[in-house]
Amino acid sequence: MAMITYREALNAALAEEMERDKDVFLMGEEVGMYNGAYKVSKGLLEKFGELRVVDTPITELGFAGLGVGAAMLGLRPVIEFMTHNFAMLAWDQVFNSAAKVLYMTGGQYSCPIVFRGPSGAALQLSAQHSQALEATYAHFPGLKVVTPATPADAKGLLKASIRDGDPVVFLESELLYALKGEVPDDADFIIPLGVADVKRQGTDISLITHGKMALTCLQAAAKLEKEGISAEVVDLRTLRPLDVEAILRSIHKTNRAVYVEEGWSFGGIGATIVSLIQEEAFDYLDAPVVRVTQADVPMPYAKQLEKLAKPTVERIIEACNRVLYRTQEA
Amino acid sequence: MAQTEMPARKRGRPESENADTPGGLSKEELHKLLRQMLLGRRFEEKTAESYAIGKIGGFCHLYIGQEAVTVGAFSCLRPDDYVITAYREHVQALVKGMAPRSVMAELYGRSGGSSKGKGGSMHLYSKEHNFLGGWGIVGGQIPLATGAGWAIKYRGGDQVCLCFMGEAAVNQGAFHESLNMAALWKLPVIYIVENNRFGMGTAWERASSLYDISQKAHAYDMPSLIADGMDVLSMRSTMMEAVDRARTEKMPTLVEARCYRFMGHSMSDPVSGVYRTKEEVEEHKAKDPIRVFIEQLQSAGVLSEEELTAMDKEVHAEVEDAAEFADQSPEPGLDELYTDVYAEENEHGRLFFDNKNRLEQA
Repeated sequence: MAMITYREALNAALAEEMERDKDVFLMGEEVGMYNGAYKVSKGLLEKFGELRVVDTPITELGFAGLGVGAAMLGLRPVIEFMTHNFAMLAWDQVFNSAAKVLYMTGGQYSCPIVFRGPSGAALQLSAQHSQALEATYAHFPGLKVVTPATPADAKGLLKASIRDGDPVVFLESELLYALKGEVPDDADFIIPLGVADVKRQGTDISLITHGKMALTCLQAAAKLEKEGISAEVVDLRTLRPLDVEAILRSIHKTNRAVYVEEGWSFGGIGATIVSLIQEEAFDYLDAPVVRVTQADVPMPYAKQLEKLAKPTVERIIEACNRVLYRTQEA
Repeated sequence: MAQTEMPARKRGRPESENADTPGGLSKEELHKLLRQMLLGRRFEEKTAESYAIGKIGGFCHLYIGQEAVTVGAFSCLRPDDYVITAYREHVQALVKGMAPRSVMAELYGRSGGSSKGKGGSMHLYSKEHNFLGGWGIVGGQIPLATGAGWAIKYRGGDQVCLCFMGEAAVNQGAFHESLNMAALWKLPVIYIVENNRFGMGTAWERASSLYDISQKAHAYDMPSLIADGMDVLSMRSTMMEAVDRARTEKMPTLVEARCYRFMGHSMSDPVSGVYRTKEEVEEHKAKDPIRVFIEQLQSAGVLSEEELTAMDKEVHAEVEDAAEFADQSPEPGLDELYTDVYAEENEHGRLFFDNKNRLEQA
C-alpha cells in the first residue's frame, strides 16, 4: 500500500498496463511533452516514447476516431480528452463508431478502447467546462461507463478498463486529482467492472451515488450521524455494468434512499436508478426515493450561484430529512 | 457536366511486360478486371430487382456507373491491405474478396450474411479480407481509416489502407482532421474521393466554394492526384503511384476519382428529374466504364465476343446463386438480438437495462 494521489494512481495504472501490454498506447492533447493538462501522464513520454504517448493536435473527433480504427486492428488505445466537455466534438465516433462496431460487424470486429478524462464541475469554470455527462454515455448500449471516486478505485478500475474487451468511457474529476488515499502497489491490483462499493455502512437510509459525489455523500453521512441518523453510502463505481444487487441489498436493509449525482435531473443516472428500485424493490420502500442533482441550468460562473447550482452536503441532508419524514430543526 | 471529361493524368509506372496490350497488362489480368466490373454491375442489378420485390429493405445505395473506380484501385492492392468505405459499398465488398453469397444474404437480413443480418446494406464487413466496412454517417469512416494507418505504422507493417468517400464527405470536419493527422504523422492511407457529382441531390458546385477537390490536400502538404474514375486503367495507373508512395514512403495521398452515378442516390431516389436531367444522365451513360473497357479490349484483340458472353453468363450465374443462397438462408434467431453488443459480458453487474424480457415474450 502506498499513500498517493488520485492523479498518481491513474498514472501508475497507465504505466503498469503499458508495461504489461505493448498494444496499449496513450493519445490526446498535451499528454506527452506537457505531461498532461492535469499531469496524469507525467513521465510517460520519457518512459514509453513518442509512438506510445502521442501528443495530438486539437482535433477530438479526429483522434477519437483514429483510436477506434486502431482498436479495430487490435490495438488498445487510451484516448485522453482534456475534459469530457471537449469530447462532445468526438461523440459521433464514440456513439456511432465505437459503441456499434461489434454489433454492426456481427461480432467480427471488437473495439477495446478507453476514452478517459475529467468530467463534472470543478470551481468557477462556468457553463461549457462544468458538465457531468455520464448519463449521456450510459444511454448507449455497447459502451461501458466507469466513475471512480478514490485513488484506489481510480487505479483498479482504470486497469480493468484497459484490459476490458469493449469501449469504456472513464470519467475522472479535476477536483479529485489531488485527493490522497491508500492504493495497493501490486501490478495485478484490479477492481472488476460492475462491483459497487459500500463506502460506509448504515441502517436508516441509503445514499446511492457515483463519482466524486461519493465523497460529498460521506460528508453528509458524517453529519447525519451526529443527528443520530445512520446513513449507508453506496458508491456504484461503474454505471455500465451496474451492480444492481448492491443497490437492492442496501434498500432491503434501510428501506429508504436518496440518489445523488452531479449531472442534471432529466434523464439522469438517478432517474434510471429510481425507476429500477421501484420496479424491483417497491415493497421494501418506506418512502419515495428522492434525487439530488445539479440545478437545471447551465453552470453559472459567480461563486454564490455556482454553489447554489451544485449538489451539496446541505442539499443531501435536506433530501434525507424528507425521505425520513423528519422535520429539520430550526 | 463537362467536369467529368477531364482526362486523368497518367503517372503510373509503365508495365512494360505487355507493352502492346491496354495498360500493359496480360490478357488474364485484363479479363480479371472486366470480370470484377461485370460482377459488380450484375450484382447491383439483382439487388435493385430484389429491393423492388421487398426482399431487401431499408436504405440501399447502388454503385452502378462507378465500378471502374473500385476495380482499378483494388487492382493495386495486396490481400492484406485494408479498405474502409461508406454506405455505397456492395461492390467494394465483392472486389475485396467477400463472397457474393454472404453480401447478398446480408442485404436480405439473413443469418448467412456477413454480419448475420445485423448490419444490412450499409454495414458490410469482413475481417478475413481486411474489409473494414461499411459506415453510414457521411465522413465517419475517415478517422477510422486514419486509425488503421496508425495501427499499421505502430506495428511497423507495410500494408496500406484505402479510404473511400463520396465528394460530399469532403465538407465534413472529419475529413480535414484526418488529412492533417495522416500527413503530420506519415500514415499509409490513401483517401479516395469518389466524385460522382452529387451529394444526394446537391451538385458539388452548390456545396463547395472550391471546385477542385485535389487542391484540398495542399492545406495539409499532402500529395494529391486526379483520376478518371470512368476508366479502369487510368484509375489503376493513378492508384499505383499512390499505393507505392504509401507502401514505400509511408506517405498518404488524396485521390479525386471523377465519376458519375447512373442511379439515384438510393432506391427511393429517381434517376433523374429533380436535380439533374435525363439528358445529363444519358450523356454520362454513353461513357459507361464497362462498355468503354469492353470496346478497348476488343479493339486490342484480347477479348472475343464468345469470351465476353461466357464471362457475363458466369457472373450472372454467380449472382443468381447468391440470391438463391440469400433466399434460403434462415432469418437470424431471436436470441441474436442481444449478442454482439458487448465482446466481454463482465462477471459482475448488469449491462442490459430492459431485462431482455422481449425474449421471454417472443
